Amino acid sequence: MATQPTDEVLLDIHRRMVRIRTFEDEAGRMAENGFIPGALHLYVGEEAVAVGVMAHLTDEDQITSTHRGHGHLIAKGGEFDRMFAELFGRVDGYCKGKGGSMHVSNLEIGMLGANGIVGGGPPIAMGAGFANKYKKNGNVAVTFFGDGASNEGAFHEAANMAALYKLPVLFVCENNGFGEYTPQRDHQAITDVADRAPGYGMPGVIVDGMDVMAVYEAAGAAVERARQGDGPTLLECKTYRFYDHVGRRGMGRTYRTDEELAEWMKRDPIEMFEARLAEQGVLSADAAKEVHEEIARDVEAAVEFAKASPMPDPDALLDDVYA
Amino acid sequence: MAETENGKRELSYVLAVKEAVETILNEEPDAFVAGEDVAGAGSVFGIYRGLLDEFGPDRIVNTPISEEGIIGLGVGAAAAGLRPIVDIMFMDFLGECMDEVTNQMAKMRYMFGGRATLPITITTMCGARNSMAAQHSQCLESWICHIPGLKVVMPSTPHDAKGLLIAASRDDNPVFVVMNKASLALTGEVPEEAYTLPIGEANIVRPGTDFTIISYSRMVHESISAAETLAEQGVDTEVIDLRSLQPLDTDTLVASVEKTHNAMVVHEAVRFGGMGGEIAAQVQELAFDYLDAPVGRVGAPFSPVPFSPSLEQSFVPNADKIVASATELLGL
Ligand SMILES: Cc1ncc(C[n+]2csc(CCOP(=O)(O)OP(=O)(O)O)c2C)c(N)n1
Repeated sequence: MATQPTDEVLLDIHRRMVRIRTFEDEAGRMAENGFIPGALHLYVGEEAVAVGVMAHLTDEDQITSTHRGHGHLIAKGGEFDRMFAELFGRVDGYCKGKGGSMHVSNLEIGMLGANGIVGGGPPIAMGAGFANKYKKNGNVAVTFFGDGASNEGAFHEAANMAALYKLPVLFVCENNGFGEYTPQRDHQAITDVADRAPGYGMPGVIVDGMDVMAVYEAAGAAVERARQGDGPTLLECKTYRFYDHVGRRGMGRTYRTDEELAEWMKRDPIEMFEARLAEQGVLSADAAKEVHEEIARDVEAAVEFAKASPMPDPDALLDDVYA
Repeated sequence: MAETENGKRELSYVLAVKEAVETILNEEPDAFVAGEDVAGAGSVFGIYRGLLDEFGPDRIVNTPISEEGIIGLGVGAAAAGLRPIVDIMFMDFLGECMDEVTNQMAKMRYMFGGRATLPITITTMCGARNSMAAQHSQCLESWICHIPGLKVVMPSTPHDAKGLLIAASRDDNPVFVVMNKASLALTGEVPEEAYTLPIGEANIVRPGTDFTIISYSRMVHESISAAETLAEQGVDTEVIDLRSLQPLDTDTLVASVEKTHNAMVVHEAVRFGGMGGEIAAQVQELAFDYLDAPVGRVGAPFSPVPFSPSLEQSFVPNADKIVASATELLGL
């Protein structure tokens, strides 16, 4: 997969990353302003992972997501207005207000749901991969999960089965160095989650998760491998979340240093990519600014849409429990 | 922490739990705590906050996100002579570890002819509050009450939380201490000294002569306020806080029904298959002749817990709904 991405692809990648960042910042503000109830886990800092992978997927390919799922849905093609409406708990949300941030989904574009259960996604992606192989449709199922989630039994069972059945699945570990407030060194005895891959009989690949093109290239190869029927890959992306575990400010727990955060923020995935695009003459700083402004306007309109959407009627409580 | 007017000490639910754990760790060298983010963060609910500094990482053990491993750690450590306190952050995550709970922890003693002793305390949080949605809100106590070999307590107040937690840790069986997230901010009188409440004894929190509400955990408070409303309507309502669901104190329930002739069970869990069915059946078996009407039941509707505040509100039982059901039951 050494084909050079076209400028169009590069601009699309840029746009998707900015869409995630802008949405998430506004979601953080809206939660602080009381519009978003429940738990809000923001994806800021990790945009390159979702976008670098999703650039290779169609609406027919499936993904499973995590509690930190907005970025995955946006990268997969989720619409701001339906997403904000869901986060606000309104009827026009993707899940009619029944799911919220931790369960936001759009199955029409292959997004099988954010997930409140850590490690909930990998077995489901394995099953979707099974269906793809069964139907011989050439689709791929991708599961995103954290370093913390790689300690759940569910991940290990899914990895073994996907490799055993040679399923078209991609395991994407978003290693941001923490599970909640616990640093990786305190939750597993390894530093590279990809080390686990050979134990299941699949390749493990490590990339810089702040470099969207590195993710793009590695994910391209792994997706291609899966589409060709050669089985799953574990792709570990080293990344960092810029905000706290919950919301922007979190719960006041001390578990990482300001210096460490500042060090990672120097490698902001969007800033690094914009510098590269400017250098390559693909997108000037001014043009990039316009993209940010345009997306900010989209976000603003979506927030208005969500605010205007009504709360679900209490009578809807028992709808959709069964088909 | 605050002094009330009559000099009694008030503590929040969170601090009462912490104080209980402190007491346990001080009196029992083989006791330790293990769970996700219990150490540095003191649990996301704060119930273990500060204990790492006091007892160190050998006794306040941070675990990976591995619920099956956490319960397994408790089972194995108990079988090998320790007295573990293990934490499953949200009760919903019991889904990740039900084999260790059901097929190992609950049965080892019995399967091994009484030769294993498993003094394990499991702390966990139930309850729908603040739109935590379908996977972080459930009350799943009927899962664990159904399994022979387990004990289950669900303290409603800071006072009960401390007493039941210490009792759980001194018990030689696996005991689940299930707390409701929405009760954590409650404050109440908590004696400073170590004390226990007997597991399996209910508490009459509001005596009455005309009607019995049987409840537990957070719904006790809703039941008390429903009882106030019913009192205004001339129904002197007795509210019983079960405190312990397994074992169940049927003696107290029967004695109450012999007096009031009408009863209703109130819980936050989904009504269908909830503890209300079991409790109603037992009361009807034991006190049929005293009852004027079938035992009523209030519980959540048959749906997953919804996210949207408007739906969550209509899902969770409250004082108004309890009054409405009582009024219907009593034909008022
Ligand atoms: C089964 C389960 N256990 C625990 C939790 C509580 N919890 C929510 S997010 C989280 C940390 C997840 O860490 P990681 O998988 O690394 O993802 P990150 O938050 O870093 O993106 C935990 C422990 C949960 N939601 N589900």
